[in-house]
Amino acid sequence: MYDIQNYQEALTLSEATETLTRNPRMRIIAGGTDLLIKLHGGQIEAAELLSIRNIEALSHIEKRPDGVISIGPLATFTQMTQDPVIKAHVPILAEAAVSMGGPQIRNIATIGGNVCNGATSADSASSLFALEAELVLISSRGSRVLPISEFYLGPGKVDLRAGEILTEIRILPRHYVGFGGHYIKFAMRKAMDIATLGVAVLCKLEAGNILAEVKIGLGVAGPTPLRCFEAEAYAVGKAVSTDVLNEVGRLAIRSAKARTSWRASKEYREHLIQELVPRALREAIVQAGGGEIA
Amino acid sequence: MRKKIALTVNGKAESFEVDVRESLLEVLRNTLGYTGVKKGCGVGECGACSVLIDGVPIDSCIYLAVWADGKTILTIEGVAQDGELSPVQQAFVDEGAVQCGFCTPGLVLTTTALAESGREYTKDELKRELSGHFCRCTGYQNIVKAAEKAIETCRHDGSCGNHHPADHYHDPEKQEGST
Ligand SMILES: Cc1cc2nc3c(=O)[nH]c(=O)nc-3n(C[C@H](O)[C@H](O)[C@H](O)COP(=O)(O)OP(=O)(O)OC[C@H]3O[C@@H](n4cnc5c(N)ncnc54)[C@H](O)[C@@H]3O)c2cc1C
Ligand code: FES
Ligand code: FES
Repeated sequence: MYDIQNYQEALTLSEATETLTRNPRMRIIAGGTDLLIKLHGGQIEAAELLSIRNIEALSHIEKRPDGVISIGPLATFTQMTQDPVIKAHVPILAEAAVSMGGPQIRNIATIGGNVCNGATSADSASSLFALEAELVLISSRGSRVLPISEFYLGPGKVDLRAGEILTEIRILPRHYVGFGGHYIKFAMRKAMDIATLGVAVLCKLEAGNILAEVKIGLGVAGPTPLRCFEAEAYAVGKAVSTDVLNEVGRLAIRSAKARTSWRASKEYREHLIQELVPRALREAIVQAGGGEIA
Repeated sequence: MRKKIALTVNGKAESFEVDVRESLLEVLRNTLGYTGVKKGCGVGECGACSVLIDGVPIDSCIYLAVWADGKTILTIEGVAQDGELSPVQQAFVDEGAVQCGFCTPGLVLTTTALAESGREYTKDELKRELSGHFCRCTGYQNIVKAAEKAIETCRHDGSCGNHHPADHYHDPEKQEGST
């Protein structure tokens, strides 16, 4: 049995925000694949849970008329691997989703839980960083919109204020239209493993082979997911070549704050960054309509 | 804290109170006696506890029993019909995909969901779909063979039942606009 002291089920968003305001000790539960593991391990005790699983309005994935892709926090990883909007416009998110856990976990784990759990290894995070996703947070006091980069504060720490619920993840057209992308999850096993490094790269080309924009999101390269701004800036305006790609990989290390953990040493992670960033960029270039580089 | 739930397990409607602290695994095994649902890791890693919920494979150890309200659940006990093994079970027997058997209920259920989808799977896709199940005995080769055979059999003669929502395993060719 899980150490659950109180359990409530909200059917609407307003019911959920009101319940959270009345009882600030309540924790939101969505898929439970992080929370129940923490309860099992004793990291959380005597939990008071507010389930948002049955709030239907939170599980959509859609492209709005203004081109914004709107993802409800309850969208599961399975949904993201299969959704036609995701596949057509932000296939990098489908790639990231399918790399996560195993089928039974993907069938129940939500993207909102992945983001709010605050892990640097979250498989959706590096792609959402590269896509400059915006998060909509709602409480009974009102709502705010935050770039995902400001949401992650530290390992397992996110800027979710008392009473707030993540209600939407938005990807703006200027961050996905015309981009090609690729996600590489490097892990010790091919399935059911947490990333040693997650690399998400998006790029846009000009005149067939000039890098017009490059965005690099890394997971497990620091206490939070991060972007490699120096490498990105260097790449802009350069003609695609092996040398340029290698330099992007070398510069990416400078933005990383890799550390040694039982999974891998700092040096190994930096080596992975140098190898995998160019590899992901190479594929992103092909996805963006560019040629393969020898 | 207790809550009443109503659900269908292996075709039988059930309605009773559960403790909100209980997992579906605990309720299936301890309250309803479906001990074919195995507890391995208890933390979503091994798939021994997998059951089909509305046709979709889910690890019952990390699924709260209260969430099962209104759902249709299939455990291994509900797979054979009138004492006859299902094509999936038969394929597992024929291919020698069972050794100690602890992983078998979960694997048969996931394979059942795949077979019922009517889709074709490449070997890589199949391995991916089975990757949420750990087997410490067989080395997986015969499990993959059994799954391939079962899916093939079901595609040809439509001999598998239908426990799943038709759209869970989307056709990969499906494009935007067709939803
Ligand atoms: C076996 C196993 C394998 C895994 N493999 C991976 C993997 O490969 N990659 C990976 O990234 N993760 C992995 N995970 C971790 C986990 O599955 C994911 O982080 C998942 O996306 C969490 O989503 P959930 O809905 O289950 O979250 P929950 O456990 O329900 O919630 C997680 C946290 O987010 C909060 N929360 C959830 N939704 C909201 C919301 N809308 N608003 C505000 N707060 C919210 C909760 O209060 C909680 O603190 C794995 C977990 C298991 C058990
Ligand atoms: S017992 Fe549920 S996944 Fe291992
Ligand atoms: S047969 Fe023993 S664990 Fe698979």
